[in-house]
Amino acid sequence: MESCPSIRNILLLDSEGKRVAVKYYTDDWPTNSAKEAFEKSVFTKTQKTNARTEAEIAMFENNIVVYKFVQDLHFFVTGGEDENELILSTVLQGFFDSVGLLLRGNVDKKEALENLDLILLCLDEIVDGGIILETDANVIAGKVASHSMDAGAPLSEQTISQALATAREHLTRSLLK
Amino acid sequence: MAQPLVKKDDDRDDEAEYSPFLGIEKGAVLQEARVFNDPQLDARRCSQVITKLLYLLNQGETFTKVEATEVFFAVTKLFQSRDIGLRRMVYLMIKELSPSADEVIIVTSSLMKDMNSKTDMYRANAIRVLCRITDGTLLTQIERYLKQAIVDKNPVVASAALVSGIHLLQTNPEIVKRWSNEVQEAVQSRAALVQFHALGLLHQIRQNDRLAVSKLVTSLTRGTVRSPLAQCLLIRYTTQVIRESGINTQTGDRPFYDFLESCLRHKAEMVIFEAARAITELNGVTSRELTPAITVLQLFLSSSKPVLRFAAVRTLNKVAMTHPMAVTNCNIDMESLISDQNRSIATLAITTLLKTGNESSVDRLMKQITNFMSDIADEFKIVVVEAIRSLCLKFPLKYRSLMNFLSNILREEGGFEYKKAIVDSIVILIRDIPDAKESGLLHLCEFIEDCEFTYLSTQILHFLGIEGPKTADPSKYIRYIYNRVHLENATVRAAAVSTLAKFGAMVDSLKPRIFVLLRRCVYDSDDEVRDRATLYLNTLGGDGAVVETDKDVKEFLFGSLDIPLGNLETSLKHYEPSEERFDINSVPKEVKSQPLAEKKASGKKPSGLGAPPSGPVSTVDAYEKLLSSISEFSDFGKLFKSSAPVELTEAETEYAVNAVKHIFDRHVVFQYNCTNTIPEQLLENVTVIVDASEAEEFSEALTKPLRSLPYDSPGQTFVAFEKPDGVPAVGKFSNMLRFIVKEVDTSTGEAEDDGVEDEYQLEDLDVVAADYMMKVGVSNFRNAWESIGEDFERVDEYGLGPRESLTEAVSAVISLLGMQPCEGTEVVPNNSRSHTCLLSGLFIGNVKVLVRLQFGIDGPKEVAMKLIVRSEDESVSDMIHEIVASG
Repeated sequence: MESCPSIRNILLLDSEGKRVAVKYYTDDWPTNSAKEAFEKSVFTKTQKTNARTEAEIAMFENNIVVYKFVQDLHFFVTGGEDENELILSTVLQGFFDSVGLLLRGNVDKKEALENLDLILLCLDEIVDGGIILETDANVIAGKVASHSMDAGAPLSEQTISQALATAREHLTRSLLK
Repeated sequence: MAQPLVKKDDDRDDEAEYSPFLGIEKGAVLQEARVFNDPQLDARRCSQVITKLLYLLNQGETFTKVEATEVFFAVTKLFQSRDIGLRRMVYLMIKELSPSADEVIIVTSSLMKDMNSKTDMYRANAIRVLCRITDGTLLTQIERYLKQAIVDKNPVVASAALVSGIHLLQTNPEIVKRWSNEVQEAVQSRAALVQFHALGLLHQIRQNDRLAVSKLVTSLTRGTVRSPLAQCLLIRYTTQVIRESGINTQTGDRPFYDFLESCLRHKAEMVIFEAARAITELNGVTSRELTPAITVLQLFLSSSKPVLRFAAVRTLNKVAMTHPMAVTNCNIDMESLISDQNRSIATLAITTLLKTGNESSVDRLMKQITNFMSDIADEFKIVVVEAIRSLCLKFPLKYRSLMNFLSNILREEGGFEYKKAIVDSIVILIRDIPDAKESGLLHLCEFIEDCEFTYLSTQILHFLGIEGPKTADPSKYIRYIYNRVHLENATVRAAAVSTLAKFGAMVDSLKPRIFVLLRRCVYDSDDEVRDRATLYLNTLGGDGAVVETDKDVKEFLFGSLDIPLGNLETSLKHYEPSEERFDINSVPKEVKSQPLAEKKASGKKPSGLGAPPSGPVSTVDAYEKLLSSISEFSDFGKLFKSSAPVELTEAETEYAVNAVKHIFDRHVVFQYNCTNTIPEQLLENVTVIVDASEAEEFSEALTKPLRSLPYDSPGQTFVAFEKPDGVPAVGKFSNMLRFIVKEVDTSTGEAEDDGVEDEYQLEDLDVVAADYMMKVGVSNFRNAWESIGEDFERVDEYGLGPRESLTEAVSAVISLLGMQPCEGTEVVPNNSRSHTCLLSGLFIGNVKVLVRLQFGIDGPKEVAMKLIVRSEDESVSDMIHEIVASG
């Protein structure tokens, strides 16, 4: 209880319960088969619920799972049984919304797989080793989709908006000095 | 307009199953990874290949050591590219591969360069990657940069360093602890999440320093905390401080309560909830303190968000266990949740209502639940059944409607676990509520008329055999039982025959009719059924004469087999047919412990102090087994009790030792569990030298040394003492660990030949009266109290002097006596001025002891106690008083 809020895993499954992208942060599921068994039980138990408008919640063994569905994608965030449910749902919402931003609103399995790199980076920016890094979807998506070019690269290789962003950054830095 | 779908112009049939990773194969992708080595890097293509590799790993594919190394080296080449997107994927890939120490060196310089890059994104990610894969030695090299990063202007960089610090604290605490100045500065950061991460790290650095934590909380509760997450953390730390500081005795105010209360008006729901939950979990929370928290939780109950409703109802459910009255205000909102779409919420609402409900609302509640039961899963139904059982025990007068409810749901569809829960509940109600017996038994009879579970049928038949004959009209059950003989499988038929015989034995008037039925069973198709029928006919004297059933027969029918079945089975297997009869008394009565407890222990990594084993049953078995395997202790007789391990060393010393006291009738054995925490040492011939000069009644019998104690693998040495038979002798023992220490070369693991004798002082060990008392609970204290009688009752009154609270006085007496509190009487309700506590136990020599303690407290916290002891032995009753008088 005295510790930091922590996330046990984040799952993104398709409408048949197959993995699109998953990330585990604890040793509670040591093997791949243990992970798959967990995913399967979570998927089957939540399958029939309507988690499309508001995030839903359920308990499994000693875990709390909050989840939300869109199209053929199922988003899950798992925490310990003593975790503050609303913190978990904030993380879920951050994940859900940032994926929406990154996929420009076309949130379905096909689009997610085609942009799997973005999804994986997105997971990486939300939670680090179980500790929440960021929950604001705009910030997360911003970090993932940030300029594809090194700031040190010649300006000609950057798009105009990127160049502007870089310039702004340089300016603020020099002002703050 | 919807965007035109990309790649639709491919020849591929655009089937639903299309995936960019269709038909992907590890070997092929590893081939593709060769593009990483191209002199002209194609960043886009490289990113795609990395994505494919990550996809494979994510799907559970594993790389062999060679494959992983190859991929890793190839990936390191990509640091040449200046493409940010690719670099991000490289970072991800390195984290996923978790390279070995010698591989880490290859990327260290590249990552350190990125750590000092101008690009914030590089700095943040490089820190996270490097800290993830680094070990202690490398950490000192980069420590300077990490300290800088913690106070970096860019919040992303600062957060990355702080979060990495939280992880590193687990492995390299001494390094991270040096950063506390920087972390302290970061706590004041204007960036919301930096503050959150800094607070988390700072608290973990200081968590063992109560004063520092208290200061931290004090300053922050006055200042401003920007992020809701940080505010939640602060609430958690505040409750910790509250728990450790206790209530202000003068004003009765709780420090920091005002802060928690003010958090209930925070704008973020997560903070409101965290604070409400924290208040409900305060030790000895008063109803005045509870009210504001309950009010906000009540508002959450009608939220449109399921997560909020769930969180609120789950918390209220917990509150209802200790403060049912505080929750009753929410009952109306709670009732509307019974029809909630989310079944977890509905179940929690119902069980809460069942806990808070009063006698008059039971009937209405049952009506609502009946509708609800049909459309929830079995696991939820079981929860409800258990709640109803406790409700019924609370309001015995309402047994009729509750029993009806149980029998109705018993008739409906359901799995085994669910049916078993119902049957168990009915059985418990029959046992505890005499009025419910007749109707309960009839419900069970009806159930077995149409029961698909053999296990339940046999259990019920057995129960009927015990309870049925004691009812006013036993004959009405016969029909149900005999029907089983016609309609069921052999197992149930055999059980039914036994039940019939029990009725015959107990009710003389039924005997002739039972005989007729039993005689019919002699022609059954199954041999077990036939055997049982014949056996019972003979033991009951089925030759027609109605005689009084003698005591032996009753003992045979109703007495329990006091031999573990497993032992009987092995003995029977070993028995060879001969002239000599099989002697049932030769079967050992000790319950053989499964090697399960040991397996568990060895499966886990042995922790520093020889990890205290889990459940109490398994430890006793494990100890018994351990001791019986040592020949020197074999003639000590049966182990009476083993104490919990007592630590004889401080945490984190060179040698960790704890002791377990094993009590026998005439001996006491000390088991010293030793752990060597120095990798460079091997200990040999380890003994504990015990000085028993302050324990006059004990004399040392023997010592069993430990041959060798290598690093981090716990071992045991024993010292046995003789003591007067059956006497609860007490005393103080001082201990000295003596051993031969040998240097070990950690690289080869070999020990030197020569050793040096050395000693290590341990703390003292006490044998106290409570060691001779075994915690044995009784299910019905009043019955046990009546049946033990007042022959050896001893009553006296004691003044316990000023005490902090009644709770403290009660728990002090309980631990002094070492007895089992019964019926939850160890919990003292808040603010009560008097309390009665019931204890039971088994004193050495297997003497049953029951204790009734009456406590009273007056104004200046003076506690007085009346102690009433009943036992089977006069001297034991006196002994209990002596313990208290001298304690």
